[in-house]
Amino acid sequence: MKTIYLDNAATSFPKPPGMMEAMNSFQRDIGANPGRSGHGRSIDAGRVMYEAREALAGLFNIDDPLSVVLTKNSTEALNIVLLGALAPGDHVVTTGMEHNSVMRPLRYLASRGVDLSVIECSPQGDLDPADLQKALRKNTKLVVMTHASNVTGTIQPVAEVGRMVRQRDGVMFCVDAAQTAGALPIDVEDMNIDLLAVTGHKSLFGPQGTGALYIRKGLEKRIAPLMMGGTGSRSEFEIQPDFLPDKYESGTPNALGFAGLCAGVQFIAGQSLRAIREKEKLITAAFLQRMEGCPDVTVYGPAEADRQTAVVSFNVRNVTPSDAALYFEEECGILCRPGLHCAPAAHRTLGTFPQGTVRFSFGFFNAPGDADAAAEAIRDLLKG
Amino acid sequence: MSGSESHAVILLESVSHALRAEKILKAAGIRCKLIPVPRQLSSDCGVCLRIAAADGERAAGVLAGRLDYFNIAPLEK
Repeated sequence: MKTIYLDNAATSFPKPPGMMEAMNSFQRDIGANPGRSGHGRSIDAGRVMYEAREALAGLFNIDDPLSVVLTKNSTEALNIVLLGALAPGDHVVTTGMEHNSVMRPLRYLASRGVDLSVIECSPQGDLDPADLQKALRKNTKLVVMTHASNVTGTIQPVAEVGRMVRQRDGVMFCVDAAQTAGALPIDVEDMNIDLLAVTGHKSLFGPQGTGALYIRKGLEKRIAPLMMGGTGSRSEFEIQPDFLPDKYESGTPNALGFAGLCAGVQFIAGQSLRAIREKEKLITAAFLQRMEGCPDVTVYGPAEADRQTAVVSFNVRNVTPSDAALYFEEECGILCRPGLHCAPAAHRTLGTFPQGTVRFSFGFFNAPGDADAAAEAIRDLLKG
Repeated sequence: MSGSESHAVILLESVSHALRAEKILKAAGIRCKLIPVPRQLSSDCGVCLRIAAADGERAAGVLAGRLDYFNIAPLEK
């Protein structure tokens, strides 16, 4: 039986061939510690890291590649911001569609005296920016929200919120782009994004264990590092460097992974983001169309390819998400993800807590026929 | 850069900054090489950029405004 991979929102698969080659060549020909030792191969390793920063900066219209902090994933990037910027007495605003990478640190901070507002979204997962504006207060320090839901793919009005937040002095705007970096256009200037958290292993086509955080210049003064240690810079001092990106990059990084991430991002540039988006939109639209008028299948979220990423959450009448996923794998060779997708807040918004949903997430490398196969699998399950 | 030429080094905050400076200098046609920071200049374990001493002023011009911190020092033999 052929396997059809529909779990790209968790980790994209397969990767572009150049990504594997870049990692292979890094480990075979370079393999040294980036920026620690000053010899040629150490500098080459540092250069690989720098190229990754530059590739990411190019993709998101970031002026200075040194404002790109390399992390292990978007969870680390978000934790740097949330734990590093918020103190008791500060107010933070988020939405009801967030992943636990945002909600868990925020709930923890709330238990320590940070004031938290969670703005409700529609049952399709849409945020009304006016609701968010009403929640802003004098002591609001940060607005943090997802660019698109990992459960329903719902694309949020990030540019609108960015404009709104920019008008308020001293409020930082942080976007969780785990689901959208490499899938939708992101421009930190046009969208007024101060802090952008991305992960490498999804639509950026990098390996697991890579991610990044863009910090608008100057804001590093307001964000304490999550970890401190060796950075290869200012070694004569026993205090952490205060400049970007070293302030947030302690310890030997995953240079091997960033070699792969860099190649993944270069692949996106070669294909063009628009072409990638169009391809993913087509397959999502094809699948959604096949679900229309199917009384035994409930699709959550916008159910409109223009308004969502290539992620579709649904439930099949009288079948639990876990049973459905097991059937899809065993009988149809389809790999997907059932349950709560690490986003209980989003499932409460959608009305699918605690049972969750089945999530099919398409990717650039899915064949157009995979949408048919996915729809066919649901019909087979219903025939039972 | 011949052996007899006199050199200067550009000291930067970290290897990431040095790599950015290297790109900027090369794009401006200024020859440079990343070398370990000479011990007499700093006890930092990082790297710096070696340039021809004659290029010092031009290098300072192209780096100004693009890197928050750099310092050009003569390199004694």
